[in-house]
Amino acid sequence: MKRLADIAHSRAGDKGNILVLSLIPFDEKDFDWLVQNITADRVKKHLQNQLQGNVTRYVLPSIKALQFTCEDALAGGVTTSLALDSHGKSLSYALLEMEI
Amino acid sequence: MKEKIRIGCGAGFSGDRIEPALILTENGNLDYLVLECLAERTIALAQKRKLQNPELGYDVLLEKRLRGLLPLLLEHKTRLVTNMGAANPIAGAKKILELAKAQNLSIKVAAVFGDDVFEFLTGQEHSIENNQPIQSYGKLVSANAYLGVEAILPALETDANIIITGRVADPSLFLAPMIHEFGWELDQFDMLGKGTVLGHLLECAGQLTGGYFADPVSKPVPELDRLGHPFVDVFSDGRGIISKVEGTGGMISEQIAKEQLLYEVLDPHHYFTPDVVADFSTVQFEEIAFDQLQVSGGGGIEKPETYKVSVGYEAGFKGEGEISYAGAHAVERAKLAGEIIEKRIKGQITNLRVDLIGLNSLHPTELSKNSNPYEVRLRVSGMCDTMEQAQLIGEEVEALYTNGPAGGGGARKMVTQVIGVVSTLLNRDQVKPSFQLFSV
Repeated sequence: MKRLADIAHSRAGDKGNILVLSLIPFDEKDFDWLVQNITADRVKKHLQNQLQGNVTRYVLPSIKALQFTCEDALAGGVTTSLALDSHGKSLSYALLEMEI
Repeated sequence: MKEKIRIGCGAGFSGDRIEPALILTENGNLDYLVLECLAERTIALAQKRKLQNPELGYDVLLEKRLRGLLPLLLEHKTRLVTNMGAANPIAGAKKILELAKAQNLSIKVAAVFGDDVFEFLTGQEHSIENNQPIQSYGKLVSANAYLGVEAILPALETDANIIITGRVADPSLFLAPMIHEFGWELDQFDMLGKGTVLGHLLECAGQLTGGYFADPVSKPVPELDRLGHPFVDVFSDGRGIISKVEGTGGMISEQIAKEQLLYEVLDPHHYFTPDVVADFSTVQFEEIAFDQLQVSGGGGIEKPETYKVSVGYEAGFKGEGEISYAGAHAVERAKLAGEIIEKRIKGQITNLRVDLIGLNSLHPTELSKNSNPYEVRLRVSGMCDTMEQAQLIGEEVEALYTNGPAGGGGARKMVTQVIGVVSTLLNRDQVKPSFQLFSV
């Protein structure tokens, strides 16, 4: 079984309670496949216990990358969250666990 | 007007390493060095230090960072732009003079202030996050507007060696020297957008040279233990070439730059700063030589009419307790321990969170369900109104030694006072940036 981690990399960032996940193919030839298959809905479903709010996807052909902006995703946000990883920095690797 | 300037970034957050800035200044041939040391919450904590002592409130690492840096800045004619003033740029400037004096250095420092808008707030302003009046979150302790290049430019026009600010949008620390040197106009939003792209790429320092990127299996980065921080050669047409000091660890690559371009960006088509609404979607990267990446494209449209204000409030006390279990039935024993704590104190602490570190503390999702680790660490945490309540959490976890499941070891307890942060907007005419010069 292949995982996203086999074909793409990701960096997680936060703004308040919003989580931002980039998704970038190692080989730019895989970009179109990612655009067609890794939708906002699929990301929301994959991380359903983590992502409470809307997920918006941005497609960036110029740098061959996707960006997922996930609202209400960090248990209140870094300043008041009880989570061990209150920034959600490790969630990039949760996204990359997705089976493809 | 210059055709090209070089800007380095020697720190990307308040706790960043000290050494890379020294190496950049010594060997980087920089025109400007930026130290970005102010996170969302850092300034609220600094405000509390200032309340206790009016001579404090600047970055706690200021002395450590600048003592060795001052002679290098003067020797190499590199100007420093930093937000290490935090809640008290004037006290920060005075501290820098003190450091210079002790080394017999002659130096001029410009302190930029006006970001502290606490006295202008009524508490009725609504938060961007939940649209609630900000005073409903808790006792307010700080309010700082994200200033832009307009606050920094007048200070750059003096002959100050160091410009120290409080809250300023991170990319503006980089954009201001570009505008100053290239003579860009403040309504040339396309140019300001390009400059903001470069500032955003640089602002997290080591994150552009392989830090927060490295994965020994899929994304190896050489010599992270000696990670160098980046610099950019900016051209007057808004192009940039990113590189780092030869011989330092880490690397420059298109892959790293892609990750950093999108880092913490909510909408890549509309990146809001006080200077411009930048468009990152048209940026292009090209690896033009070993450890050299060209950045072109990007743009921008007119800046927002309001300033974003970061408001700090007292959010209570966080209590935490941890204890580890290993070997046969480790997960089962840790779960039992967690259940015991919940039964004992759930009546008093309503928002208790129970994690098993090693199993599900990072991602409590389907992903972690089938793992069976050799050892796990129970972590119990809760947000409380009082310190006494918060202490109870760690005390109960520690008491598991003799009152809980077999083989618990390594208990630790901790209480933290929590400063929450929300944002609101303020009209531009309510914020009046200014600066003051100090020299020795």
